[in-house]
Amino acid sequence: MFTNFDLDYFIFGIMPYIALTVLVVGCIARYERDPFTWKSSSSQLLRRKQLILGSVLFHVGILTVFFGHLAGLFTPVWILDTLGIPYALKQWMAVIIGGIAGVIALIGATILLHRRLTDPRIRRHSSFADIGILALIWLQLLIGIGTIFLTLQHMDGAEMVRFMTWSQSVVLLNLNAWAMVVDVHWLYKAHIFLGLLITLLFPFTRLVHMVSAPIRYLWRPGYQVVRSRRQTPLPARNEGAK
Amino acid sequence: MRVRAQIGMVLNLDKCIGCHTCSVTCKNVWTSRDGVEYAWFNNVETKPGTGYPTDWENQARWKGGWERTKSGKLQPKQGSKWRILANIFGNPDLPEIDDYYEPFDFDYDHLKSAPEMTAFPTARPRSKITGERMEKIEKGPNWEEILGGEFAKRSEDYNFEGIQKEIYGEYENTFMMYLPRLCEHCLNPACAASCPSGAIYKREEDGIVLIDQEKCRGWRMCVSGCPYKKIYYNWQSGKSEKCTLCYPRIESGNPTVCSETCVGRIRYLGVMLYDADKIEQAANVPAETDLYDAQLDVFLDPSDPEVIAAARRDGVPEDWIKGAKESPIWKMAMEWKVAFPLHPEYRTLPMVWYIPPLSPIQNAAEAGKIGMDGAMPDVQSLRIPVKYLANMLTAGDEAPVVTALERMMAMRSYMRSKTVDGVIDEGIAKRVGLEPRMIEDMYKIMALADYEDRFVIPTTHREQVEEAYDLKGGCGFTDGNGCSTGISKGSLFGGSKKPLKMPQEVQ
Repeated sequence: MFTNFDLDYFIFGIMPYIALTVLVVGCIARYERDPFTWKSSSSQLLRRKQLILGSVLFHVGILTVFFGHLAGLFTPVWILDTLGIPYALKQWMAVIIGGIAGVIALIGATILLHRRLTDPRIRRHSSFADIGILALIWLQLLIGIGTIFLTLQHMDGAEMVRFMTWSQSVVLLNLNAWAMVVDVHWLYKAHIFLGLLITLLFPFTRLVHMVSAPIRYLWRPGYQVVRSRRQTPLPARNEGAK
Repeated sequence: MRVRAQIGMVLNLDKCIGCHTCSVTCKNVWTSRDGVEYAWFNNVETKPGTGYPTDWENQARWKGGWERTKSGKLQPKQGSKWRILANIFGNPDLPEIDDYYEPFDFDYDHLKSAPEMTAFPTARPRSKITGERMEKIEKGPNWEEILGGEFAKRSEDYNFEGIQKEIYGEYENTFMMYLPRLCEHCLNPACAASCPSGAIYKREEDGIVLIDQEKCRGWRMCVSGCPYKKIYYNWQSGKSEKCTLCYPRIESGNPTVCSETCVGRIRYLGVMLYDADKIEQAANVPAETDLYDAQLDVFLDPSDPEVIAAARRDGVPEDWIKGAKESPIWKMAMEWKVAFPLHPEYRTLPMVWYIPPLSPIQNAAEAGKIGMDGAMPDVQSLRIPVKYLANMLTAGDEAPVVTALERMMAMRSYMRSKTVDGVIDEGIAKRVGLEPRMIEDMYKIMALADYEDRFVIPTTHREQVEEAYDLKGGCGFTDGNGCSTGISKGSLFGGSKKPLKMPQEVQ
């Protein structure tokens, strides 16, 4: 499928930079230019059925998978060596944790996709981007789980280290990185391509709500929010009258 | 002490005729848009009834408002912050649009475009969500109008708590009243507390609670957090919306649209000064029946020199202090004690208050047996059970409601003897703990209700806190995208709207 030399170079050598640039510039532009569209686009109000189960499964699964990939791919190899973690052990962890979380996410995504396509209310108010991105993620999960079966055939971790080196080289602007992954199985390549495609589409879809995950809520002081137009702060409270 | 000012509202239910003018004018101004067809920032309910959205007062079901935990901490009934965040992927307490009603329109065009038929053409309903035919409309924004529907269903009304309600299903004992509802602009808003994005805020200068549309991410925790169900999720824009107390009008000293257009002249707007430092303590008193009194303690007397000095120090403009002295809200809530907060047990310290309605004497046929308390009928013989009103307005404490009803009856009695018999009966005033002068004042404000007595609204003093020069040439109201008109055309970021295409009737 990817036998063409130039296509490999494009996807693994150039596309990561295009995708990351579009991701960053696109997000900044959207946040700055059109903050009103920055939202999670929940459709729970229109139909509760299927959403709670599907959404919880999907999010729990995909978040585990996402952070698993982040930690797994971007932990420098020398850290593993220093800590003495065998590559095979790390790969087993990735397969087990990622496999379980991936299946959970896939079940959730299937429920959500079914709901989005078959429920008349949701279907009527889904944009092309809403359906498209969900279908892409569903496919990506399917391929991701598919690669596990390939991985199980070589559990020494060598292949995994290649992907780690590739992704870290991309970040470190090593332009020869693409050569690392030229001769892996096409399923891995499809997985990477789809991942980059989703990264590329990120700013144009509802996925932007990930960026504003409201973790700060946990340590927001107190519960209430009061806004003032005042430019200069008020004098201190009259302690005596308190 | 931290003095802040708030524009409060009082609704005199005794005069509400249930005409829905407030709801309709509000809708025309604020929610005649896609995605909020189902939303009524102001609605009028017939009570007893389960209201809109159905059963909204049942907080065991919706988890709205606040609760005092066993350890004495005040936290949203939905749970502490991490509990709220844990529910972010699927909010278990969120109403579905069918709990309000599925918005619909009628095929009016068919009335004029139908071919010649043997039967008269009709305009049949269509869903505004899917555009599909609705064979039966199951619910509307005012489904129980004038006691519509069977008593068994309506009597699920939460305010029947602790009342032998069966007898009120009988024709002879039936009663009803109207309850117009809008955002309470609470001192301790549960919506703002449960917003993970921090998009909901209370304005320091006038206490209006607003949602920052650019900061809202649609996590929808506010919808379930608000016990009055007065936050609406716009399913088209993916943002929550709420009553704004018509802040552009308030800022320029005009009453809200609902108040301005109220034909019964039941609505009052005025300034209340309150101590922001006392809010948490007041919202967290252990006994629910103490919450009404605790909220009264939060309000500050605008004629107290110490309060005036503190208000000046805290930047309350001079005409706001003057407005607070002349505030009809202060008079009704604090001086005459005839107005009450709606469901103080939610611990939100609401700022839209209600004067309970008088009602006809029970069993007119038994007029001879009416319990008379001197020259006045006993309030317990009124058709609307006092306990019912108390459940609504004072967390079940009947005494303050009885006092208010007695004072209103005393006002009628006093003015009748004054204008009809030409006799000033000071005894009536004394018996309900008022001075004759106060009763005449009550009469002027509550019965005559002149425009300038109802609305005492000082203008906002932006010039004191903002550089007006910087605002020169601003766009006014936009949907956030530059000087846009509020209607987004196509956008790279999915801001486009598909106009709902109504399918045509098949001939």
